[in-house]
Amino acid sequence: MNLPTQPNDYSAYPDAKGRFGDFGGLYVAETLMPLVLELDRAYAEAKADPAFQAELKGFLTHYVGRPSPLYFAERLTQHLGGAKIYFKREELNHTGAHKINNCMGQILLARRMGKTRIIAETGAGQHGVASATVCARFGLPCVVYMGSTDVERQKPNVFRMNLLGAEVRPVTSGTGTLKDAMNEAMRDWVTNVEDTYYLIGTAAGPHPYPVMVRDFQSVIGVETRAQVLEAEGRLPDAVVACIGGGSNAIGMFHPFLADESVRLIGVEAAGLGIPTGKHAASLSGGRPGVLHGNKTYLLQDADGQIIDAHSISAGLDYPGIGPEHAFLHDIGRASYISATDDEALEAFQLCAELEGIIPALEPAHAIARLPEVAREVGKDGVVVLLMSGRGDKDVATVAQHLGRTI
Amino acid sequence: MTVQRIDARFAALKAEGRAAFVAYVMAGDPDADTAFEILKGLPAAGADIIELGFPFSDPMAEGPPIQRAALRALRAGMTLKGTLALVRRFREHDQLTPIILMGYLNPILSAGFEAFAGDAAQAGVDGLIVVDCPPEEADPLADALDAAGVALIRLAAPTTDDRRLPAVVRRTSGFVYYVSVAGVTGVKEADAAAVAPAVQRVRKASGLPVAVGFGIRTPERAAAVARVADAVVVGSALVDEIAAGLESHESVTPRVLETAARLAKAVRAASAEQTSVQA
Repeated sequence: MNLPTQPNDYSAYPDAKGRFGDFGGLYVAETLMPLVLELDRAYAEAKADPAFQAELKGFLTHYVGRPSPLYFAERLTQHLGGAKIYFKREELNHTGAHKINNCMGQILLARRMGKTRIIAETGAGQHGVASATVCARFGLPCVVYMGSTDVERQKPNVFRMNLLGAEVRPVTSGTGTLKDAMNEAMRDWVTNVEDTYYLIGTAAGPHPYPVMVRDFQSVIGVETRAQVLEAEGRLPDAVVACIGGGSNAIGMFHPFLADESVRLIGVEAAGLGIPTGKHAASLSGGRPGVLHGNKTYLLQDADGQIIDAHSISAGLDYPGIGPEHAFLHDIGRASYISATDDEALEAFQLCAELEGIIPALEPAHAIARLPEVAREVGKDGVVVLLMSGRGDKDVATVAQHLGRTI
Repeated sequence: MTVQRIDARFAALKAEGRAAFVAYVMAGDPDADTAFEILKGLPAAGADIIELGFPFSDPMAEGPPIQRAALRALRAGMTLKGTLALVRRFREHDQLTPIILMGYLNPILSAGFEAFAGDAAQAGVDGLIVVDCPPEEADPLADALDAAGVALIRLAAPTTDDRRLPAVVRRTSGFVYYVSVAGVTGVKEADAAAVAPAVQRVRKASGLPVAVGFGIRTPERAAAVARVADAVVVGSALVDEIAAGLESHESVTPRVLETAARLAKAVRAASAEQTSVQA
């Protein structure tokens, strides 16, 4: 913290209508409108309340284990032969991913609002586990909607949620994936408007969710900025993060937005390859539309029907992206590239072998693009990779893809 | 025609002293030709107004019956364009029954608001209900529909309080759709006693007829709601007949039309009672 921090020029977004340029907004059924407007008011009050912020900071420190370390990945750096690579170790948080940062913020808000029942959606199960965790901690009943396909491929996380006292409801409607889990959570919310709080896990959904989730995840970027300044005496040249809905990435990017010298690089899941159509790269392979309460880039056909995403990583397997990423993409402040299933699998193994860290398949996508980024930035440069989660949950999936039995 | 067709229908029903029976079916369910046969038969079965759903892959406000109807329609290749083609065919047979399209914003956004509004008016669509487009986001769509003379029909809900209601009914024409239960379509049951004051409130704020839907499946409940509202909407009970017909390999069209006729009869009888009580 030796250097002064710059004020953030991008603080004007979103506007009063919840828009990041043309993206974001409030596209929900009338029954939910009064609820999201109420949530907007409640969040604005909580955000401005020092007591709320102090309570959150206390739990982040003593329960989540923040700050998470910034670690110099020496062997990976040598291996790639380019810029110095640092990992921001969000996988060391309680529950093993960045998701808990947001869940802790929202559960404190839900309590403040007097809500007595929590619902959540989950893809890989990391957000579901984090939601179940904070609900157990505060003694609130928790229902987690999870696509039936994901229930099958993320069994350990389903059991973890059960252990934490949450009810996991497999969703078979639609195509049984994350988007359908989100539809089902919305249906629950619209049916139980009095007592229920919908704890959305990514920086998407109707306003104020994108800004609220971003704010709660911004602790990642705020810490990283200070830690890099301390370690290197300068800002990084680039930060790299994977993107599904994009909550970890926006949490990393946002505190760096005003630092124009810092390249912000998001890595989408290219699945079997973008030309195959079997991918989850909404920015690289989609176009703007409206889904789940906000306007953003979506995978959709010519008729505006949403197309199923595909990724080896359940956490990136979503046909949309947070609206602030859509905005940063269009204005060119952040750049968005992609990595395929196979590239992520290779990066997963490389990271485990060189650094003794088994990454989740989600950040493995970001790791897969490090060789080019490190080369472009060059030997004198500094790159921070956001290690958003640990890979224990993915071990069975990886074994299966490598043709091994465990 | 367009919005005038809705106004004319409500004026005629008011003269008769009864509520409208609004039948909801999904375009392309279970396929385009069968859906057309159903559509063509609905006025004779007693439907005063037809709500025609256009399918969307992610229908967030629908319960299982209409979710499944949308999936059947999408599998059969139905699109927003195909929905308008269906309306065009219907108009070759019927010039009087108002048709209201109901669905979600993304297919319309994808088509372009102005192009859609023009095509819809030309096809013979009279009004549009978009579940996930609240007044806060509706101005660009409302501009396009106004220019084409198509009514934008708003939803009001049990959670819509008096402070919010004026914003909800602003720029609405034709009628207002009151969502009778906090929930998805076709699951919870509407309580006519609870609905009555809400209908009064919405009628007063909008100066328009109020249709009630979302929790009405049986002739009995349809009759109860018909006594307190200007129109009664039934959807899930009709599309369930399609699902049941497909399952038992029966012809679905008569099943849907017979159920519609029972509901229409109940609505007419109920309103007649109401008129005689008032007289």
